Amino acid sequence: MIEEKFDAIVVGAGASGNACAYTMAKLGLKVLQLERGEYPGSKNVQGAILYADALEKIIPDFRDDAPLERHIVEQRQWTMTDSAHVGMHFRSEEFNEDRPNRYTIVRAQFDKWFSRKVREAGVTLLCETTVTELLRNNSGAVIGVRTDRADGVAFANIVVLAEGVNGLVGQRAGLRDVVTPESVALAVKEMHFLPREVIEERFNLKGNEGVVIEAMGTITKGMTGTAFLYTNAESISVGIGCLVSDFQGTGQTPYGLLEAFKNHPSIKSLLAGSECKEYAAHLIPEGGYKAIPQLYGDGWLVVGDAGQFVNAVHREGSNLAMTTGRIAGETIAWLKVRRDAATAANLSEYQRRLDASFVMKDLKKYKNIPDFLHKSGAHLFGLYPRLIAQAAQTWFRVDGKDKRAKESEIIKSFTRSRSLSGLLGDAFKLARAWR
Amino acid sequence: MHIAVCMKQVPDSAQIRVHPVTNTIMRQGVPTIINPYDLFALEEALRLRDKFGGEVTVLTMGPPMAEDSLRKALTFGADRAVLLTDRFFAGSDTLATSFALSAALEKIAAEFGETPIVFTGKQTIDGDTAQVGPGIAKRLGLNQLTYVSRIAEVDQAGQTITVERRAEGGVQLLQTRLPVLITMLEGTNEIRRGSLADAYRAASAKLVSWNAADAGIVDLAKCGLRGSPTIVKKVFAPQARAEAARMLAVEDGAEAVMTEIFVRQPALEAELMRFASGQ
Repeated sequence: MIEEKFDAIVVGAGASGNACAYTMAKLGLKVLQLERGEYPGSKNVQGAILYADALEKIIPDFRDDAPLERHIVEQRQWTMTDSAHVGMHFRSEEFNEDRPNRYTIVRAQFDKWFSRKVREAGVTLLCETTVTELLRNNSGAVIGVRTDRADGVAFANIVVLAEGVNGLVGQRAGLRDVVTPESVALAVKEMHFLPREVIEERFNLKGNEGVVIEAMGTITKGMTGTAFLYTNAESISVGIGCLVSDFQGTGQTPYGLLEAFKNHPSIKSLLAGSECKEYAAHLIPEGGYKAIPQLYGDGWLVVGDAGQFVNAVHREGSNLAMTTGRIAGETIAWLKVRRDAATAANLSEYQRRLDASFVMKDLKKYKNIPDFLHKSGAHLFGLYPRLIAQAAQTWFRVDGKDKRAKESEIIKSFTRSRSLSGLLGDAFKLARAWR
Repeated sequence: MHIAVCMKQVPDSAQIRVHPVTNTIMRQGVPTIINPYDLFALEEALRLRDKFGGEVTVLTMGPPMAEDSLRKALTFGADRAVLLTDRFFAGSDTLATSFALSAALEKIAAEFGETPIVFTGKQTIDGDTAQVGPGIAKRLGLNQLTYVSRIAEVDQAGQTITVERRAEGGVQLLQTRLPVLITMLEGTNEIRRGSLADAYRAASAKLVSWNAADAGIVDLAKCGLRGSPTIVKKVFAPQARAEAARMLAVEDGAEAVMTEIFVRQPALEAELMRFASGQ
């Protein structure tokens, strides 16, 4: 048992836990952070793109010493079939700004840096310490945690659950439901090492410029999911993920998809000559707004993936994790200044602040997207990519056929495969879900 | 009883990566760990402390980042950690290392009490020399017990210790007088998991940090690169060999297998023939 009582105990040292612990320590709170991994970052997996804005609001000068790989100057959105891809690329010299907006990072290194900042701010971090249960008083309020270490009890005014997508502490305590296969994706990724010069030549980059490829299409075999390829300084992260329920239903394997993606003609040449040095897998919350659980109660609140804070449409997660962590930290410090107890009534301020932020606004905007993807997945990830690629093939081939005939051939190919009402219906449903 | 444990922070050899292009070791991002052999020494020291009372002081020499290893040792339950760090120590071989550690051990005895037992691991996984422990014993005039597999008895009144030592062809039961230096063999115990209080104390503890002067070292010529007669001539990555293992069908019988071997190693066949004819 730890004799001292803390202002807050943070469970987890990922993006949200670090953001929360750092914010509270900087505001003068006494914080204990518990991490089950051997060191912060040892359990954390992400693509990974860092969105500068969320971190800037916590550590404004992070660019001075954070381990950043490349800032992104080019985004490629690909719709893929088995033999082709139709791409929309955006590249701009304006991305070479003083304070770039997006970076590729390697989480193992980034999290070590972030954790160092957290400890320098005054947080006491204990690694290899797993929280096994929440301690409650007679009236049910959370008053501390029990860990898997001997005499492993510690007390605090509030426990922040930053325990990640499949957070067992909150699930066991009945604070939220067990994650369902429909609400999480399983993503796998590999790190492929290549010399810096090769990456720069292959992707048309100079200095620390980087490229992001986000891809969807038949590569997920009709399942709801996406794939990615990110350039790091001396490596390439490549991965793919789909809903767990889809994997269950189809019997497809994540590594099978990744193998096929890496061998796709559009990807294979980008990875040629590289050496795979690392592989990882992780669950990603995909349920969106409707899957967000109760976020606070007497003596506890939830931040990051444990609260389902992921914007699946825009591939944003770590920024929501950092932002919810920061807002939670600010709220807890605000309550302390006002000498208000961490009761559910007082912690509703956390919900109010979240609702006013981009986090809830964005998630609310896309609240119907997960349902839409479930119902229309087969068309979105199979039929449409094929039709689009076929249309491009028809359009760009010069073969003596007149252009009007080509146009009508393309239109026919669409209406033949999916009736006009089907097409309009999909468009309408997407527009309604997107709105 | 006050017990000292010398340990070293080493790169995690399971995670060392060789740069695919330059063939050099990529140190960046390679996690560091406590030399695994030293954990057997630490656990044995903690057990003696639990049995006889007293304290365990862990000592390491290294760059400031070696502090991580010391904190880890505190989470296991060590009572005190001493970091010996100075740029004069950079590039030390085993001779210079044992010199600096000996000085620090003398200082530890003077500051925190005599240490009748000093532990080290069998060897380190990055140097693999097994020279530093005996080097310390020689310099400090301690009886040395190397490759110890079990501590059978410590007689505090009679100032003796009895241990089992693994030797070629068997186990030796040895008794000697304290003070001793023990290098502990692997697999002899399992490092404990410290309590939550231990982990908390480790995270917030202030470590003892000494430079060369603090440790009472006057002769800097015996430290670091200057004090190290060892010269690294070359570091290279071994070339992958062309030969590959091959499965032979069992049905073909021993004769087929022997024929296959003799095709590759004609000299062996000749030798076996000579041997057979000599019978």
